[in-house]
Amino acid sequence: MAGTGTAHLRDSDDVLMRIEDLTVEFPTSAGLVHAVSGISLDVRRGETLGLVGESGCGKSTTGRAIMQLPAPTSGRVLFEGIDLANIEGKHLREVRTQLQFIFQDPISSLNPRRKVKDIVAEPLRIWKRGTEKERQGRVTEVLDAVGLDPEVAGEKRPHQFSGGQCQRISIARSLVLEPKLLICDEPVSALDVSVQAQILNLLEDMKARYGITLIFIAHDLAVVKNISDRVAVMYLGKICEVGSPDALYSAPAHPYTAALLRSIPVPDPTVVPSSSGLLLGDLPSPIDPPAGCRFRTRCPAAQERCSLEEPQIRAVAEDHFVACHFPSIGTTAA
Amino acid sequence: MLTADTVHDGALLQVHDFRSYFDTPAGIVKAVDGVSFTLDRGDTLGIVGESGSGKTVLARSVMGLLTGKNVMRSGSARYNGIELVGASEKELRDLWGTEMAMVFQDPMTSLNPVLKTGRQITEGLRYHLQLSKSEARAQALQLLDSVGIPDPKRRISQYPHELSGGMRQRVTIAIALACGPKLLLADEPTTALDVTVQAQILDLLHQQQVERHMAMVLVTHDLGVVAGRTNHIAVMYAGQIVEYAPTTDLFANVRMPYTQALLHSIPKLAQPSHTRLQAIAGRPPDLINPPSGCRFAPRCPYVQPKCNSEMPPLQESETPGHLYRCWFPVGTEAGREALAHNTAAGMPAAVSITQILADPPGGTH
Repeated sequence: MAGTGTAHLRDSDDVLMRIEDLTVEFPTSAGLVHAVSGISLDVRRGETLGLVGESGCGKSTTGRAIMQLPAPTSGRVLFEGIDLANIEGKHLREVRTQLQFIFQDPISSLNPRRKVKDIVAEPLRIWKRGTEKERQGRVTEVLDAVGLDPEVAGEKRPHQFSGGQCQRISIARSLVLEPKLLICDEPVSALDVSVQAQILNLLEDMKARYGITLIFIAHDLAVVKNISDRVAVMYLGKICEVGSPDALYSAPAHPYTAALLRSIPVPDPTVVPSSSGLLLGDLPSPIDPPAGCRFRTRCPAAQERCSLEEPQIRAVAEDHFVACHFPSIGTTAA
Repeated sequence: MLTADTVHDGALLQVHDFRSYFDTPAGIVKAVDGVSFTLDRGDTLGIVGESGSGKTVLARSVMGLLTGKNVMRSGSARYNGIELVGASEKELRDLWGTEMAMVFQDPMTSLNPVLKTGRQITEGLRYHLQLSKSEARAQALQLLDSVGIPDPKRRISQYPHELSGGMRQRVTIAIALACGPKLLLADEPTTALDVTVQAQILDLLHQQQVERHMAMVLVTHDLGVVAGRTNHIAVMYAGQIVEYAPTTDLFANVRMPYTQALLHSIPKLAQPSHTRLQAIAGRPPDLINPPSGCRFAPRCPYVQPKCNSEMPPLQESETPGHLYRCWFPVGTEAGREALAHNTAAGMPAAVSITQILADPPGGTH
């Protein structure tokens, strides 16, 4: 297997969420799908962790497994020291109010038959927070915070809003219980670039205003760099590389990260697109992932060792970790 | 029957004052409203715009694919001298596939799920080129090979669901190329694909275009996709072309405030983390009752009273072939004054663009 290890985890007291050796597998008629295979991650309070990778890399499954939707096959999900995988029922639901989720498609994640003020107030009603009047006040506050006019927007239904405005409503709903951690799964992928910028700016504002911590899952490397304090690159259920965005983007150590960065079309006509260094072929099946390093079948730097031995995550620079036997920076084969 | 053999020199595709309106219960939606451009043989035109700007409707209705009773087309679109507006379906059928072809965004819905890939490729070969079954099959194998599908003999007898997304898009490209079109319209051909696969498909399109000396219209929302791969770019907003220029000139000398705003709203890899993005406030106008002046005026940081009352014409800048639709264009004295005026008046969009222009975050990309 490729890319396990915990060298990149931090011992700080500031860590809000720590995932250890998380594994998620789905039995299917074709065999066992290894969606996420033994990954470890942590997020400090107030930090934004970007989780980036292509379709099928397990980034969304990781986000959902943190919420125990569904619970992971094995591994620990420690939120403020509580292992979410070990608690259940009411206790789990209570803890989960501090973790909220924002989905990709803002329109289908809102109930089309309800008014916006009721959608946003629903979590407060479920948890019987405050009086009806206090709840209304809270709804007004969050709708205003996300840039919607509470008087006008509250009385409308989701279909009367554009995609970007629906995403604002989703964000308002997720903030109403004052969560500590917000998991955003591709929150801007369905939006146009001008609206995408509005939502990214809004998430930064909400983070500053409410002191929340973000896990930001996306496939767009530029978007992830813009919002993150730390980035983890995933491939086929494994972590390839973890580090600060500036280090990771300017000197990618893993061949997969480097190939991903080269694939991005640059909005500058003086940059001639080059076909060298592009990845060939498709993602291998997660039912029968390659032995050793999972990236080796498409890796330009693959050697025999990569098929025999799974690389462990190790440091190549300060706050820059990679799971590769032959990284492009730092020490060569350890 | 119309033939394209009556060769006309000059442009392959000439679109003039082209309109495509939809009659809906809410009113007439002016999806494409007076678009003109020409495309030469072998050239690539990028059409860039956001959702609802009319870029897809333009591509589809030029080709005559929107046939509903509520669709009203007017103006002119001439392919190789042949007028497409008002042509019958029979006449268009002779052009589809052999002269012009289309690649759509989602290969899963544009392929027929219950037919094997081979049958879908040979259909056009059998119908248009009257090849025999065995000739068509041999040709299909060759096409699959040329679009980079490994093991074509196996893939030809598979169904679309057995292929990956990138492989499916390669099949739709093989279908589009089968009868040797001179013009390929690619409507967001890589939007549904991962970034590494997107790079493969864009490369493939470019390589096929060069080999076949084929012209291409590349419709996309991503300025990155068109920057390195087109000769000209048309930027669309609310059913109109608002800027049209040779690709290098468009990026070097942006004139239209909308294009500038679009470029600034994209997060760039070269910028440090947490760079504040320049969002475009508001949303595109209602195309049933578009603003009578400039359609971008309600969201524009350069807006002046004139913009709300008079629609600017598409005019040429000092660079030949660079057209824009603006009274106070970026990079001119009029534009600078308009922006300074709005900044002094405290308009938030103008203030933030002034800051960005004064202190470009992380350079130009």
